[in-house]
Amino acid sequence: MTQPFSDYQVENFYDEIFEPSGSARIGARPLVQMLDSLEINELKDRQSAVDRALLRMGITFNVYSDEQGTEKIFPFDLIPRIIDAYQWQHIEAGLKQRIRALNIFLEDIYHQQEIVNEGILPRNLLEKAKSFRPQCIGLSPPQGIWCHVTGTDLVRDSNGAIYVLEDNLRCPSGVSYVLQNRLLMKRSFPAIFSASKVRPVVDYPSRLYETLVHLAPDNPNPTVVVLTPGMYNSAYYEHSFLAQQMGVQLVEGRDLIVKDKIVYMRTTEGFERVDVIYRRIDDDFLDPEAFRADSMLGVKGLMEAYRSGNVAMANAPGTGVADDKVIYAFVPEMIRYYLNEEPILPNVPTYVCQRDEDRSYVLEHLPELVVKSANEAGGYGMLIGPASTKEEQAEFAAKIQEDPRNFIAQPTLSLSRVPTMVNDHFEGRHVDLRPYILYGKDLWVMPGGLTRVALRKGSLVVNSSQGGGSKDTWVVASVSSQLETKSQE
Amino acid sequence: MLSRVADSIFWMARYIERVENLARFIDVTQQFILDQPISTESPWRPLVQVTGDEKWFEEHYDGYQSTNVIRFLTFDRDYPHSIISALTAARENARGIREIISSEVWEQLNDLYHQVKHVEGTWHMNGLDEDLFQTIRSQCYGFHGLLDSTMSHGVGWHFANLGRLLERADKTSRLLDVKYFTLLPNAHDIGTTLDDLQWSAVLKSVSGLEMYRKQFQLISLPRVIQFLVLDETFPRSIRYCLEEAESSLRAISNGGRRRRDNEVRNPPEQALADLNRQLAAMDPQQLIRDGLHEFVDRLQSQLNDLGSRLYEQFIAMRSLEDLPSDSQATTLSPSFQSQSQS
Repeated sequence: MTQPFSDYQVENFYDEIFEPSGSARIGARPLVQMLDSLEINELKDRQSAVDRALLRMGITFNVYSDEQGTEKIFPFDLIPRIIDAYQWQHIEAGLKQRIRALNIFLEDIYHQQEIVNEGILPRNLLEKAKSFRPQCIGLSPPQGIWCHVTGTDLVRDSNGAIYVLEDNLRCPSGVSYVLQNRLLMKRSFPAIFSASKVRPVVDYPSRLYETLVHLAPDNPNPTVVVLTPGMYNSAYYEHSFLAQQMGVQLVEGRDLIVKDKIVYMRTTEGFERVDVIYRRIDDDFLDPEAFRADSMLGVKGLMEAYRSGNVAMANAPGTGVADDKVIYAFVPEMIRYYLNEEPILPNVPTYVCQRDEDRSYVLEHLPELVVKSANEAGGYGMLIGPASTKEEQAEFAAKIQEDPRNFIAQPTLSLSRVPTMVNDHFEGRHVDLRPYILYGKDLWVMPGGLTRVALRKGSLVVNSSQGGGSKDTWVVASVSSQLETKSQE
Repeated sequence: MLSRVADSIFWMARYIERVENLARFIDVTQQFILDQPISTESPWRPLVQVTGDEKWFEEHYDGYQSTNVIRFLTFDRDYPHSIISALTAARENARGIREIISSEVWEQLNDLYHQVKHVEGTWHMNGLDEDLFQTIRSQCYGFHGLLDSTMSHGVGWHFANLGRLLERADKTSRLLDVKYFTLLPNAHDIGTTLDDLQWSAVLKSVSGLEMYRKQFQLISLPRVIQFLVLDETFPRSIRYCLEEAESSLRAISNGGRRRRDNEVRNPPEQALADLNRQLAAMDPQQLIRDGLHEFVDRLQSQLNDLGSRLYEQFIAMRSLEDLPSDSQATTLSPSFQSQSQS
């Protein structure tokens, strides 16, 4: 019998499951023990059972460019990423700190703009951020909360340190995969869950619901809806899943109508008032009156209703400015400025090309750096230096010189890896991690999050649109707390 | 319930009912051929006639051979009422309301779709599995069973029920019309074994032969009509379908709970109540005297009228002026009608 991991190589990377010596990390020991008792064929069988289940459940995303199938399974790999409780504490504290600072930042820049007035954030950087919404100046969202749902992207470098790669404050997606992945894992390896003391994620929908209800404090029985662009949107499955799990209506723009600054939905019994909207439509398309006039997805008059306080929205319009990759570079400063604390989770070191010395460094070191444009997402509009050609580097150099405000650069991180099934053995594949943070009455961080994995050998791009898959993420009780429960038994 | 959701759930159920009917017609025809003398004219033609789309068929196919008809009814994506087209439409509707139907219902439908899609891609090479239509039928029954047993019987379920019952009444009436037309001219066949076989096949097409025999034993035309049109208990008789549909329709305007009053609350309720009163007063002899074909024609137009009224009442996008009082509806997009088969 060949053990699944007998020829597994950690190589020169940080491996989330194995120590450099090849023995399993503490939190991963029960899992590795169990897997070692299985034949690789058994694992393969379970993997294909999972793939069939995904198709049957219709857990798919839509590919715009693909006219044929239009639906693809988001590949799911059985081997989870494991984080022990001690490390998780650190991550959780860091995320809460960051979201608190970002929320104050949003309130500030749409009101007094003190951070700009005091010269901490250069004014032109803010004003040139495409996602800064003048329409939101003076807005005071209910309960003073702007970013109710955030999905922060974290990465781990080869030295083991965790960095924040991106803050996603608009409509971060992927949380439905976390819940479904967990469901599939529990079916595939029921025994190992209790042995590993995996913290549950299943309460996310009810926590999300509480977060949303919190926005209508005066209404004992508010009507909450999820607003989706429709079934052809790539995240449609998630919109419908969350609505289903929360037990609320999933609406499209055409289901809503605004009269006298009040939002209604069209039902078989006439019009029903809507109090809270969890919107999964970008600012641009929210309201043709306030934003893009050609939007077919939005609701005319929604912003007026929002401004009048007749309807709440999560996330608040205007939060996208914090996703601007240049603004991102200033988040550690925000934490110091607003909270008077040192950042717990560091940013990836970032060169802001607007600064002369940063720019000349970037232009000289393009082959080693990752260059990102300020407003692109999904792995588009970036240059991965070590994997780029001379032509691509020249192209980016020109772009940077033409519009320095629009670019940042970061050293190429050597992302950590997790064993991943490749045909009939395991190889390390690079991963990132997106925990989800809810900001309601309190700040709550989902234990774990979405681990995205770059399935192509050597690839660092984990986006689903570019060959990425996902893994379950386990936050497990540390050994010491396991011992405590043992002694209590 | 959101109007858009009501529309989708109605059509989802209706399309699955359509798929099931088509699969049953094909299945019964395959069985029937085994019992038939060689000389008879193509037994597949009436299947195309039942769809009401003979002209379309003749423009696209070169004859009524079994492979043509099966391709047309099962795998033709250009033909909007084939099994694969109806199934795709059912699934698209279901996809838009996944959070409303139970996961079980969605998975059943999704599974059936993938199965038929798989056969679609392989039957040229491998030929058709004899059990395919049986499988489709039982999967459709599974769908209806899950719908009934895993979903609360509130407004949403009643819209689904309305969809499948109206489709069923429609299909039974079309089948009767076509068979009546093709079987009756052969006056010399009446009372022969062939006649008996033919009508047995008709009854089988609505899964009704056994139930018919329990009531009437021997086959005769008035009794078949009594059974398929006017019977109060057989689940595919037109009257049964429409009475159940009326009950669901009345529940819809009552927040999903069944009603016991006799009040008529809206135009579609009025239309369906009138229709059911007419059926209750009919007898089969009179129906034959007045002309079965005329009856079916009238019924079809009454069902179409009901469809428009349903649309006006529950689905149409009402204009802003109606807010918040909810009076006259203004039709902007005729989707309740547009999905319908003429």
